[in-house]
Amino acid sequence: MTTAARSTVRVAAKEQVADGVVALTLVDPDGARLPDWTPGSHVDLVLPTGDTRQYSLCGDRWDAHAYRVAVLREPAGRGGSAWVHDELAVGDLVGLGGPRNQFRLVPAPSYLFLAGGIGITPLLPMVDAARRLGADWRLVYGGRARASMAFLDELQDPRVTEWPQDERGLLPLADLLTGLDDGTRVYACGPAPLLDAVEAACPPGLLRTERFVAREQGAPVRDEPFTVVLDRTGAEVVVTPEVSVLEAVRAAGADVLSSCRQGTCGTCETTVLAGDPDHRDSVLDEAERAAGDCLLVCVSRSRGDRLVLDL
Amino acid sequence: MTAVLPTLDLDPFDPEVLRDPLPAQAALRDAGPLVRLPRYGTWAIARYAEVHAALSDWQSFESSAGVGLTNFRTETPWRPPSLLLEADPPHHDAPRTVLAKVLGPRALRRLRADWLADAEALVADVLGRRTVELDAVPALAAAFPLRVFPDAVGLAREGREHLLPYGDHAFNAFGPTDNPLVLAGNASMPEHAGWVADQCERENLAAVGFGADIWAAADRGELTHAQAPLVVRSLLTAGVDTTVHGIGAVLHALAVTPGAWQLLRERPELVRVAFDEAVRWESPVQAFFRTTVRDVPVGDAVLPAGEKVLVFFAAANRDPRRWADPDAFDLTRDPSGHVGFGMGIHQCVGQHVARLEAESLLTALLARVTSLELAGDPVRHLNNTLRSWESLPLRLTC
Repeated sequence: MTTAARSTVRVAAKEQVADGVVALTLVDPDGARLPDWTPGSHVDLVLPTGDTRQYSLCGDRWDAHAYRVAVLREPAGRGGSAWVHDELAVGDLVGLGGPRNQFRLVPAPSYLFLAGGIGITPLLPMVDAARRLGADWRLVYGGRARASMAFLDELQDPRVTEWPQDERGLLPLADLLTGLDDGTRVYACGPAPLLDAVEAACPPGLLRTERFVAREQGAPVRDEPFTVVLDRTGAEVVVTPEVSVLEAVRAAGADVLSSCRQGTCGTCETTVLAGDPDHRDSVLDEAERAAGDCLLVCVSRSRGDRLVLDL
Repeated sequence: MTAVLPTLDLDPFDPEVLRDPLPAQAALRDAGPLVRLPRYGTWAIARYAEVHAALSDWQSFESSAGVGLTNFRTETPWRPPSLLLEADPPHHDAPRTVLAKVLGPRALRRLRADWLADAEALVADVLGRRTVELDAVPALAAAFPLRVFPDAVGLAREGREHLLPYGDHAFNAFGPTDNPLVLAGNASMPEHAGWVADQCERENLAAVGFGADIWAAADRGELTHAQAPLVVRSLLTAGVDTTVHGIGAVLHALAVTPGAWQLLRERPELVRVAFDEAVRWESPVQAFFRTTVRDVPVGDAVLPAGEKVLVFFAAANRDPRRWADPDAFDLTRDPSGHVGFGMGIHQCVGQHVARLEAESLLTALLARVTSLELAGDPVRHLNNTLRSWESLPLRLTC
């Protein structure tokens, strides 16, 4: 199994699911299973334009062979969403990073899900999980207009309240967030003004949010070769885009153990002595990424020309 | 698809099979990718490719019906099911997330120096000036995990003798409930289980440790407070016997493989490879069951829905279709991809703990011991799930 296959997906379907929203079905080019994920996860899509964008996984995790993401056209954005809407075609290959989860569903007897527009995407798998867990849950889904609200057809349930702004106005947050039981967890995702308002109105400790804006990447993911130096032996090896750091250093004689080869188990963690890692794993948290002192070599790479590893 | 499925009249839990399971595992592999085992009305998967696929495919092969022979859909488990091993998504998600963090490589970094010092102290205690003969099971393989792991969890000093028999019984109980090994353990089990249950409560755990970390996760809302003691219980069930037997396996492998100890002395950076190769070679956890949630293709056959199937890690780890010279313990091979820790979402969450324990002890031994060899015939300890040594006489020369 090559890294290229692991980190590249093929667009198997592209469907308009609401005004300004397309849903993409992504599959492994060889038909293999895709890495496991949990509700709240997102993936990085590395577009041929060189841009990297994060999208929440909003499909069915019981289908191990397909990811679904939904992309809102953002005219004021940096062009990634427009490219997806206008250029990306069924059959195209795109780079994939992750999945990672920074918006985990924690166990609770009851949930209040608050979605604004495209912010419905991470909440869809959460609603499915809450259903399967037998929890009490309620989803209030706001959007500009009914036609702009994706996936309403999948949300036909008495526990779902549709709240198109042109029909009903802004979400009645004060009402929704008053009188909540202490055990309730509130998951909110949507545009920043909505989240600011939810944060202001929600009792402390109950709320979990995900800011639905693409994280700034310090630099584009590198697509040129880079050099890895094995500090203990002094060997140097060039890592081309087709191979993983793991494959390259093993070929250079380093005995690095690995297991999952998808950046989830942590077995291949290697100490970084110098260089600027491009973390593409699901193990490290933000602080650990920022520290830059270790690398999961099965999936992670380098931002710079040169990476020195303690091997 | 219509071919008659291979059927083998063998009992994987027969004491003689447990004593030497390799012929039965080879027979299962050779019979086909999917084999019917009429003795228990179940099935077995023993080839690497199909074992790997079944372990990865949690969507088709569920764990919440139990990973032993007992089917929790129709029979009562002997204890409340594990929130990790015997659970499926989405129930499995939160406990797994928390424990993966608590036992992750990042969390273990702070233990590394202490555990190496502990290993050096233990080795200094057991070694004489020149040559010592000892039973490596109690003296090293059990002594080291029992020295560091209960402290790392934050267990009380008193009562730790319950840990090994509790784990041994839990792993026996994945086999048939009327099996002599299970019957022999039943009488003393309430006492062991009672002690273990008590240790899982917050007030009985030290303020610092894996146990406290799990309770802290509950305070942060990442688990419920009702889940926390059961997650601690998973540490105590699966975290002791397995590492004891893993360390026993690597010591045995190094003692019986000509040149292996010398090679490791020359290239101590291979200690991690040595342990994982031993986990592949011996497979301390031999197999777990899964239960099909639908008709599932296995090789060119179809496993019907609702069936228990024995997924044979140990057989996969010696499958010549995957491994060159699989019966050789070979420090120069890359054991990556072995399924000794399982694979997929249920892959051993404590594997980094096991590796650090083994690495610590081997590193301490390598620094002092110039040769390591058998000093007598080792004796197997029989368990329905685990492959292990009761006694491993070794001669260590300094």
